[in-house]
Amino acid sequence: MNRFLLPLSIFVVVVGFLGIGLTLNPREIPSPLVGKAAPEFSQPQLYDQEKIFSPNDLKGKVWLLNFWASWCNGCKTEHPVLMDLAKSGQVPIYGMDYKDQREEALTWLQRGGNPYSLVGVDEAGRVGINFGVYGVPETYVIDKQGVIRYKQIGPLDPDTVAKKIIPLVKQLELQ
Amino acid sequence: MIPEIGHFALILALCVALVQGILPIYGAAVGNSGLMAVAKPAARTQFLLVLTAFGCLAYAFADKDFSVLYVAATSNSQLPLHYRLAAIWGAHEGSLLLWTFILTIWMFAVTLFSGHLPEATRSRILGVMGLVSVGFLLFMLTVSNPFERLIPAAAEGRDLNPLLQDPGMVIHPPMLYMGYVGFSVAFAFAIAALLGGNLDAAWARWSRPWTTVAWCFLTVGIAMGSGWAYYELGWGGWWFWDPVENASFMPWLAGTALVHSLAVTDKRGGFKVWTVLLAIMAFSLSLLGTFLVRSGVLTSVHAFATDPKRGLFILVFLAIVIGGSLALYAWRAPKVGLGGSFAMLSREGMLLANNVLLVAAMGSVLLGTLYPLFLDALDLGKISVGPPYFDSVFVPLMVPAIFLMGIGPLAQWKKASVPDLAKRLKWAFGVSLVSALTLPFVLGNWTPLLSLGLLLAIWIVTTSAVGLRERLAHVNGNSLVERLASVPRSYWGMLVAHCGIAVFIVGVTMVKGFETEKDVRMNVGETATIGDYMFRFDGTQDVVGPNYTAARGTFHVSRDGRETTVLYPEKRRYPVQNQIMTEAAIDPGLLRDLYVSLGEPIDDGAWSVRLYHKPFIDWIWGGCFIMALGGALAISDRRYRLAWRKQEPAVPAPTRAARRKVA
Repeated sequence: MNRFLLPLSIFVVVVGFLGIGLTLNPREIPSPLVGKAAPEFSQPQLYDQEKIFSPNDLKGKVWLLNFWASWCNGCKTEHPVLMDLAKSGQVPIYGMDYKDQREEALTWLQRGGNPYSLVGVDEAGRVGINFGVYGVPETYVIDKQGVIRYKQIGPLDPDTVAKKIIPLVKQLELQ
Repeated sequence: MIPEIGHFALILALCVALVQGILPIYGAAVGNSGLMAVAKPAARTQFLLVLTAFGCLAYAFADKDFSVLYVAATSNSQLPLHYRLAAIWGAHEGSLLLWTFILTIWMFAVTLFSGHLPEATRSRILGVMGLVSVGFLLFMLTVSNPFERLIPAAAEGRDLNPLLQDPGMVIHPPMLYMGYVGFSVAFAFAIAALLGGNLDAAWARWSRPWTTVAWCFLTVGIAMGSGWAYYELGWGGWWFWDPVENASFMPWLAGTALVHSLAVTDKRGGFKVWTVLLAIMAFSLSLLGTFLVRSGVLTSVHAFATDPKRGLFILVFLAIVIGGSLALYAWRAPKVGLGGSFAMLSREGMLLANNVLLVAAMGSVLLGTLYPLFLDALDLGKISVGPPYFDSVFVPLMVPAIFLMGIGPLAQWKKASVPDLAKRLKWAFGVSLVSALTLPFVLGNWTPLLSLGLLLAIWIVTTSAVGLRERLAHVNGNSLVERLASVPRSYWGMLVAHCGIAVFIVGVTMVKGFETEKDVRMNVGETATIGDYMFRFDGTQDVVGPNYTAARGTFHVSRDGRETTVLYPEKRRYPVQNQIMTEAAIDPGLLRDLYVSLGEPIDDGAWSVRLYHKPFIDWIWGGCFIMALGGALAISDRRYRLAWRKQEPAVPAPTRAARRKVA
């Protein structure tokens, strides 16, 4: 091959990869927990602190677990998306109020609306550690057997919900 | 109104850039001097228009005009003025405007200092720069307009990322961009030469000072970025092999190779094709760096603003500019010829070897940076490539390069002889070896790497001394001072830059070998010892800054019972973005830095505290500044000043034109 063409050929290959790279999301970190049973927990509920929220009660259902906090900026972007999803009734969303203060969390839900079927409180962040939460918001899709099927790091957007979450939930519900 | 003027100025600048990119290059191709003459005024007009746009954005920031989306997104009414102005390049859109602005500054400089160039060459150079500018202006006007309005206006801005609220941030990006974009001049020279088919020594002579200036800026820019990471991120590290750091380091490696390769083309007419390729590479890597930083294909601690749509634009732009120039290279370079022949053992041979090592180093940094992306694209899993890879690849490549750096300047052009070199260098080698082996024992800790680092540093200094001594023997002058003064500045420049590398190596070696760090929990009044220094924690106080509140710790540092200094590290909270920032306190010194940063409050006023003792760390940046100083000395050389004086209006215009025809 003509050696003067070599730099160009290398460059073409690099551009090809960069092009593919653009379609990928480097922040999409595979969770070792995907495909494994969701960690057990039993946490007090936000509205009724006497009651307990535990994933065992949800066996046989497909549901979303959403880690959020009133101090979190990404959660503000995500909130309307969750509200729409909740209104559509396609899948129940359970919240986990992560390292937050109760008063502020309640105000937040009062102001922005409450998309959650139920909200648990994870004040110390223990549940977050067991789930491998990098930072809020994070959302997990959990199937009927209590196995984590998908993990979203960062805010959900309408596109992800329509293209990933809903089809996955539908598929899981048929199982 | 003012932002609209800025916006309009950018649109006009795009029109001018199109004219500048098309007419002069076409004119040069068909030999139409009327079309060629467009280049100079067009470049100057473009400079003024982009300057206007830049001024308008600066005004919007100074005026706290939160009806401009970009201003509202990156500043705040509480933000002090100097940071509001630095916020111009605090995010994506403004960074691009700065990029373009600096490109037009370089263009303007070319119009000023190109009187001695043939008209066709100058037109092509400015034309190529105009085309690069078209890409950036188009990018701004289509997907990243800094003047986009926010209606209704925000009541308050979202504030500048607190990480960037730092004096280093004010100056680091402009420096870095001066370097990045500066390589566009060498690039334009190379493309112009390929277009014109005249790759001669004169071409290299013109490119050299431009390349050196850009290289100096880039060196300083990278050093400042590294210094900023050192004191602002609070981890005490100075280089993380982060994709964004690599993005600035790759053009530096290519640029360093280019500076040396240009020297050979200038002095001996050799390496022509290689030099052209390096010039294309240096600028391409600058563009690639911009792409990597701006598109978000790689995760990085620096990923401030990313958007895939923009990524696509830059990728297409990249493909056109780099692909086009490499295609031009493949087409035209074979006709250029290789220049004079030389023996492998000669100054050319050693410079070539050094060049190959530098490019190999650049290639391995590129590979390490893009490897995670390659694997991900091939669906082979997600990995990250970290310092272990880079350290283990980089050191073995740099050791021979630095060894050659000592010999190269002493070798004859064309053909050198081993016995002769060995005779001249035996003392330098002996001194380096003995002191490198014994010095670590004196310092109290012998490791192979420590010895190796010192060996390289001392080798550079001793061989430089040998070179200078031989040089002095050959210049005229009676007294030593007179002879020192008659050594050309370009030679001094080389010596100084090389010694800068030595200083840098000493810094890296000593920090790696002798740094100590401690993570401790400290109660008020408690002490901790690190190195010979005792730190006493006197508790924290709440302080209020212009746009943050902070807990400020007080640490009394003493050595042998005598107080050395008092350090005030801070933990700042910026309420607008609700961000916590660690502001480390550093007592810098020629021989060591003391570094304290506050971790987390524990209870009863106790804090987790991180203490570092970092010997010689300032030599790392000092070395970089010395390198840049060497570059500055080299371009202040007499022949450049003469060339500059020659084109002063003392020569009447007609003769100048006549001379040009002869040239």
